[in-house]
Amino acid sequence: MDINYNSEEIVFRDEVRAFFAEKLSPRLSNKVKFGKRLAKADMEEWQKELNDRGWLAPNWPKEWGGAEWSAVQNHIFDEERWAANAPQIMPFGLGMLAPVLIKFGSEEQKSHYLPRMLDGTDWWCQGYSEPGAGSDLASLRTKAERDGDHYIVNGQKTWTTLGHFADWIFCLVRTSNEGKRQQGISFLMIDMNSPGIEVRPIILLDGEHEVNEVFFDNVKVPVENLVGEENMGWTYAKYLLTHERTNTANIGSSLAALASMKEIASRQMKNGKPLSQDPYFAARIAKVEIDLRAMQTTNLRVLVDADSGAAPGPESSMLKVKGTIIRQEINDLARRALGPYALPFSSEAMDEGYNDEPIGPDYANPIASEYFNNRKLSIFAGSNEIQRNIISKTKLGL
Amino acid sequence: MDFNLSDDRRMLSETLSRFLGDKYSIEKRHECAASDDGFSRDMWNEFAELGIVGALFSEENGGFGGGGEDINVVFEQLGRALVVEPFLPTLLAGSLISELGSDAQKEMLEGVISGEKLIAFAHGEPGSRYEIERVTAKAEKAGDGWQLNGNKSVVLGGGAADTLIISARTSGDEDSANGISLFVVDAGAAGLDVRSFGTVDGYPAAEIAMRNVSGELLGNEGEAFEAIEKAYGRATLAVCAEAMGAMDVAKDFTVEYMHQRKQFGVEIGKFQVLQHRMADVLIELEQMRSSIINASGHMNDDRVIRERMVSSAKHLAGRIGRQVAEEAIQIHGGNGMTWEYAVSHYAKRIIMIDHLFGDTDHHLERYISIGA
Repeated sequence: MDINYNSEEIVFRDEVRAFFAEKLSPRLSNKVKFGKRLAKADMEEWQKELNDRGWLAPNWPKEWGGAEWSAVQNHIFDEERWAANAPQIMPFGLGMLAPVLIKFGSEEQKSHYLPRMLDGTDWWCQGYSEPGAGSDLASLRTKAERDGDHYIVNGQKTWTTLGHFADWIFCLVRTSNEGKRQQGISFLMIDMNSPGIEVRPIILLDGEHEVNEVFFDNVKVPVENLVGEENMGWTYAKYLLTHERTNTANIGSSLAALASMKEIASRQMKNGKPLSQDPYFAARIAKVEIDLRAMQTTNLRVLVDADSGAAPGPESSMLKVKGTIIRQEINDLARRALGPYALPFSSEAMDEGYNDEPIGPDYANPIASEYFNNRKLSIFAGSNEIQRNIISKTKLGL
Repeated sequence: MDFNLSDDRRMLSETLSRFLGDKYSIEKRHECAASDDGFSRDMWNEFAELGIVGALFSEENGGFGGGGEDINVVFEQLGRALVVEPFLPTLLAGSLISELGSDAQKEMLEGVISGEKLIAFAHGEPGSRYEIERVTAKAEKAGDGWQLNGNKSVVLGGGAADTLIISARTSGDEDSANGISLFVVDAGAAGLDVRSFGTVDGYPAAEIAMRNVSGELLGNEGEAFEAIEKAYGRATLAVCAEAMGAMDVAKDFTVEYMHQRKQFGVEIGKFQVLQHRMADVLIELEQMRSSIINASGHMNDDRVIRERMVSSAKHLAGRIGRQVAEEAIQIHGGNGMTWEYAVSHYAKRIIMIDHLFGDTDHHLERYISIGA
């Protein structure tokens, strides 16, 4: 047993650090650090840097432009990315659809879509959830009916993250009502510019436009946009979700947020002393720090296992539940650390180029808003309750 | 990065596990705990023959282990069977003798490792709670040797020990880390009053009063604190691993019970409220295991990182231990309240480990103060 990174892993970590130091512009890292809104152009700028380095799709096979990183390398990259305040890479095309295409897609689909993801031609969004199908995904009703060379799609998707930026959407659609609910689902790629598609914003509780509703009204989709076989979509969806859940421990995000929250607590005063020295607050910080340090090791244990070939199963559910609890606890501490200055909020201040005098400390504006926004963590990607169902079924046999 | 046990450790774990499976049923455990000594000397000799005592000592001291991982592996298995034999006292006193002993003093380790000689460490006092610096027992020079006066409380394995390692102040304030010395004291020494008792969870301990007791200095005068902290660190890791083993068994019992027990015509394991609570238990057990891995992995590192990891693990052992033990009893319902169901004894051990070497609050505070 050796809990330290080996020499190769340290070399890799230093390489990643050097890359961030050289290629990540202060403009971008400051936007991330101070919780400013990222424009699509910001994300494109950063994606291009990563793509030039060959690190935009690190998990893809090398033949498609990937780097075939190990799970531990991914973890190192994620920790360093958060520490450097680099923008997040939108996972929908690169991290979610691509593994499905690589495993189940046709050669034509791979050679057409994968390069376009890398060079930024296509932005993807995910069409899974529906108004009546959240955690109970298999109850989805958006239907695709075969009509010659096309499917005709009718229905509605919701919670479509950054759908307003997307050129394409990959959807789970119902192609049959026979048999079990899971058996009649297909996996379809749809051009967002198709006639009959309407995107409507959903404004979240923090006032932000992040997610959307997407309506399909007799949308014509060529049959060659079907991934794999008709009615086999559930299998592909499950494959995708396993990928989605391997990186849900939020370790890098939590480490960065913990450091910034501790910084806030050391600057805010209570009874004439820094809040970080208040015994009760210090105890709450210490508790979450202890949990996070253990979680880091739990995560690495799962990752090292994954590298040796074990498929990530219920372990990713365990990582998701505890990882999001920890991440949300840090949001709660940051909010409380600010005291009354958690209250003022200016939406304009989250835009680049806003130069007015801040109300309260310059780090205060996004904190409460981030707390609210991150309540999503325990709801999306399979709510924490669904994850507990999975754990109890698969790990405990209950 | 590698989280696998080495072949040696895995063999050690399997050997001990098999031995306990054959020889140490819960009935046998109760029998050992209820005996006059509070443990079985025969069992102790068998453990020693098997090499389990030796696994706690380094090769240079006559053993074949002694590292953080050895402690982990051994104590997790001991926890799975609720072993009452004096491993913990042996680890504590043995660590001190290994660290500080002269060649002549280290000679006793051979007898310890072979099982013939029992040792214990008397450190805590009626007023010291969990502070390891607070020592009021006094030692003064008397001729060539030293004379000890004072009281030591809840000395694990103190009743049966042939030789005691006893801490006493030779200079400094009552709560100063400087001025603490250690002494080797023969159990039969004049003026030594040992009052044995069994703990609520079934382990032998003793209250000790000293009136002009002769002792031989172990290590340098007034400089024992560092070695005591290290020995406590090792023992703390040990009880965390022991708690891990006990928690894992309590969890297994509970899951099994959820399959058997029917209410309203269905297995209680079908109730989602119970499923989710057990899912949380499972998640926290992985956290516990990770923090033990962290603590043992940093056992030989600098004080700040080492002791912070030890305190992290012990903080979690208290916090998670309470969750696991209380859920185990609750989900077993009335049966969990009985002496007959083994789960109750596991719950008791898990909870009472919180009272050894500092509880969850103590170690949270310590984690903060060491980092500051």
